[in-house]
Amino acid sequence: MLRLLRRTLTILFLLPASVMAQGLEDLVTSLPDGDFDDRAQVVNAIALSGDPRALNVLELLSDGQLSYLREDGRIVTVRDEGDDDVAYDVLSEERIGVVGRRDARDVRVNNGLRRDIAAAIGRMGLQNVDPAVRLDAAERAFRARDPEQIDALRAALAAETDPEVTTVFEQALAAAVLRSDAGEADKRIAIAALAARGDRDALSALSPALTDPVLAGEAQAATDKIERSIASWGLAQNLWYGISLGSVLMLAAIGLAITFGVMGVINMAHGELVMIGAYTTYLVQETIRNSFPEMFGWSLAIAVPLAFVTAGAVGVAIERGVVRYLYGRPLETLLATWGISLILQQAVRSIFGPNNREVGNPEWMSGAVDIGQMAMTWNRIWILVFALAVFAALMLVLKRTPIGLQMRAVTQNRAMAASVGIRTGWVDAMTFGLGAGVAGLAGVALSQIDNVSPNLGQSYIVDSFMVVVFGGAGNLWGAFAGAFSLGIANKFMEPWVGAVLAKILILVAIILFIQKRPRGLFALKGRAVDS
Amino acid sequence: MMKFSSAAKAALCATTLSIAAPAFAQDAPSGEPIKVGILHSLSGTMAISETTLKDVMLMLIERQNAAGGVLGRPLEAVVVDPASDWPLFAERARELLEVEEVSAVFGNWTSVSRKSVLPVFEELNGILFYPVQYEGEESQRNVFYTGAAPNQQAIPAVDYLIAEEGIERWVLAGTDYVYPRTTNRILEAYLLSLGVAQEDIMVNYTPFGHSDWQTIVSDIAAFGSEGMKTAVVSTINGDANVPFYRELGNQGISAEDIPVVAFSVGEEELAGLDTAPLVGHLAAWNYFMSVDTDANYDFIDDWIEFIGDEDRVTNDPMEAHYIGFNMWVQAVEAAGTTDVDTVIDSLIGQTVPNLSGGYSAMMPNHHITKPVLVGEIQDDGQFSIVWETSGLVAGDAWSDYLPDSANLISDWRAPMSCGNFNVETGTCGGAAE
Repeated sequence: MLRLLRRTLTILFLLPASVMAQGLEDLVTSLPDGDFDDRAQVVNAIALSGDPRALNVLELLSDGQLSYLREDGRIVTVRDEGDDDVAYDVLSEERIGVVGRRDARDVRVNNGLRRDIAAAIGRMGLQNVDPAVRLDAAERAFRARDPEQIDALRAALAAETDPEVTTVFEQALAAAVLRSDAGEADKRIAIAALAARGDRDALSALSPALTDPVLAGEAQAATDKIERSIASWGLAQNLWYGISLGSVLMLAAIGLAITFGVMGVINMAHGELVMIGAYTTYLVQETIRNSFPEMFGWSLAIAVPLAFVTAGAVGVAIERGVVRYLYGRPLETLLATWGISLILQQAVRSIFGPNNREVGNPEWMSGAVDIGQMAMTWNRIWILVFALAVFAALMLVLKRTPIGLQMRAVTQNRAMAASVGIRTGWVDAMTFGLGAGVAGLAGVALSQIDNVSPNLGQSYIVDSFMVVVFGGAGNLWGAFAGAFSLGIANKFMEPWVGAVLAKILILVAIILFIQKRPRGLFALKGRAVDS
Repeated sequence: MMKFSSAAKAALCATTLSIAAPAFAQDAPSGEPIKVGILHSLSGTMAISETTLKDVMLMLIERQNAAGGVLGRPLEAVVVDPASDWPLFAERARELLEVEEVSAVFGNWTSVSRKSVLPVFEELNGILFYPVQYEGEESQRNVFYTGAAPNQQAIPAVDYLIAEEGIERWVLAGTDYVYPRTTNRILEAYLLSLGVAQEDIMVNYTPFGHSDWQTIVSDIAAFGSEGMKTAVVSTINGDANVPFYRELGNQGISAEDIPVVAFSVGEEELAGLDTAPLVGHLAAWNYFMSVDTDANYDFIDDWIEFIGDEDRVTNDPMEAHYIGFNMWVQAVEAAGTTDVDTVIDSLIGQTVPNLSGGYSAMMPNHHITKPVLVGEIQDDGQFSIVWETSGLVAGDAWSDYLPDSANLISDWRAPMSCGNFNVETGTCGGAAE
């Protein structure tokens, strides 16, 4: 409150007399002085300077891009040019030269100052000719909820022609009015405007009115209405979270559904095959970043086939090198593949280092889309689409291609298949390779939501087995149903009991379920059944 | 603010160096080497954090040998790999002390690994320097804690959020194990003592490696949209952080809306991360790579030269080892021997320069004094320091905010020589440990 008051006084009295008279150059040079409150005053002065370069300076400051030279205090931006860091004067764009770690210091910004800058930029944009800029400015003003902006907002509102922007201006005005000591009538209108907006931000903007003795009833009614609508949307939101978790589980588990489910091989190295897919994505992105930066949006599309081939090749090598000697001996297979998983992990650790590798989200996978009160993040939507596509493709391969036919034949009756001339050894290798390749595909998707580190696979192996065992070994539909029901059950439990207990409860439920139906949801006759 | 001019600081450092190491002449160390054990995981889950600490120890030992060794004798590093396996830590520690007969051990990261080696160090009477911030509630004669206790990290960070960001509601989010649970217990008690209402504190635990943060992030958003300024205090363990921050970014929650202050996220953890959506989120440590002192720039230059990679970063536990190692060298030089009991006594009161422009001292409770810094994440994976304590903060082994440890103090000097002295009953061994 004190800070606000001080700032108000500054803007009202101090600025016109002293700061306003200064040019942008002087203001910018004084940025590093004093503490964050002092800097906030300079920011306001820069915003009011009317200089066309002011917006750029404020944006750079907000992004933490401004530094000052230790030598002469000049304000610069430091850009990364190959191996060198090069300083440019922020206003004249003059190239000053290469600077080392010790030569330049950052002009410090914190969240509070960044909020002030955002509000200042918002004020500058209120009367901009571009409706998109005005919309952005209106959203900023809505968040700022600054009673001092009421006059500026009213002026902007009066001049506004775009209906969408007008609505947001009204809401911004409403949020500011509720914080001010405006009259009862104005506040009534404000409450109505916020109730119409009806989201969480509106709830938060409404909260000052809840303590107002005259308006508390109306504000409470508006709040209750918004809360009811949020609660019903919450159900849909939970369902979406469950589906999205299910899609991740299915991607991780579907490769295992082939190796474990169809072939009956307990492949403990499954997680590491996922990891290999993720590292392939990393390598692809790294190559693109270094050589073809404009192709970054395509990086995942390129990584998908490569990850399938790489992980598939490793899978075939594992099957031909180790697993084929151990058919029919599940315990030894388990131990051997577990050993392989450790070898793969440590190999990746030795080659790429133990640290997380940076895998970026392409533009089209960042951000969220709002449907009513529900937010769906783009990366989750695309992963769901990808998971369904992988599932469909896999079904197609198994049901509609000759190799799929041979795989099913070998699974159902190895001796018979062999006697009609199917090379069962080759089919084994291909099946295992297919499962491994699909695990690699999962790695591409998981690199978008999880750490790409040598430990990536470990965190998914237990979940994958859970899905396959629950869904029923030997059936892809089992993995499908298992993954989505576990995902949805988990997400509906999480808000009530917390993430830790939800996981435990799911595990207990599966154990109980397996007691009743040892073969899972969809039991199928297969090699695992025969043995 | 403790801002010396840099010239004065350089002069100060120069004087202490010449006092601390009279044998700074070019004499090559000779005689039987003094062995130093390094007990950090080089494989398994924790390799991500601990490998760096092994490397920094090797660098410090190499530099010390170049400067004449200790007591005129060379130092020899004995590196073992406990492979992120807690019982194996105890075995390897036993090997270091019994077979290799090392004079001191620098090691461990997780609290559970420290707990597993404690009995070994007690039984065989060794010295362990533990460089990581931890939950406190412990003080052992054989262990020197150079990382932060909760009052050197968590509590100042909360103070910053209240003072600078005006935070009134709190989400305490952590991974479900001992460090977050104890830290959150202390923080909850602290917040309640400041008059924060119980319903304005939300506590949430997640399993290790949690990667699906959708529900929790939307809960946090809901909790934060009730009109009071909200912050998240995160004790989420390293690996689960990346998906957590990503989800925050994707759901459009920026640091200006709901800042997250983390105690386990440092430069090393950010190295594998696109930090653009994280800008403005906070971390509290006793050291940041961006600390603006000549001592720090020298340390960074040495590190980059030693490791041969321009892009490597430095972090807080590395500085803790730097401080701990220099304290040990100074204590051995002062005692004139590597005898464990003598060195343990001689370590208390040792004062060495830290990298943030001050001096850290070993306290009688085997914790050290450090400044507390709060930094905001930048888009280059570094931290911009937005706040620091005006002086040094002494590590408190037993939190004053927990009822069962408020009466306990630790003082390993004679005649008390006790790690958990109960001031109310006047007896040693006041609490379960």
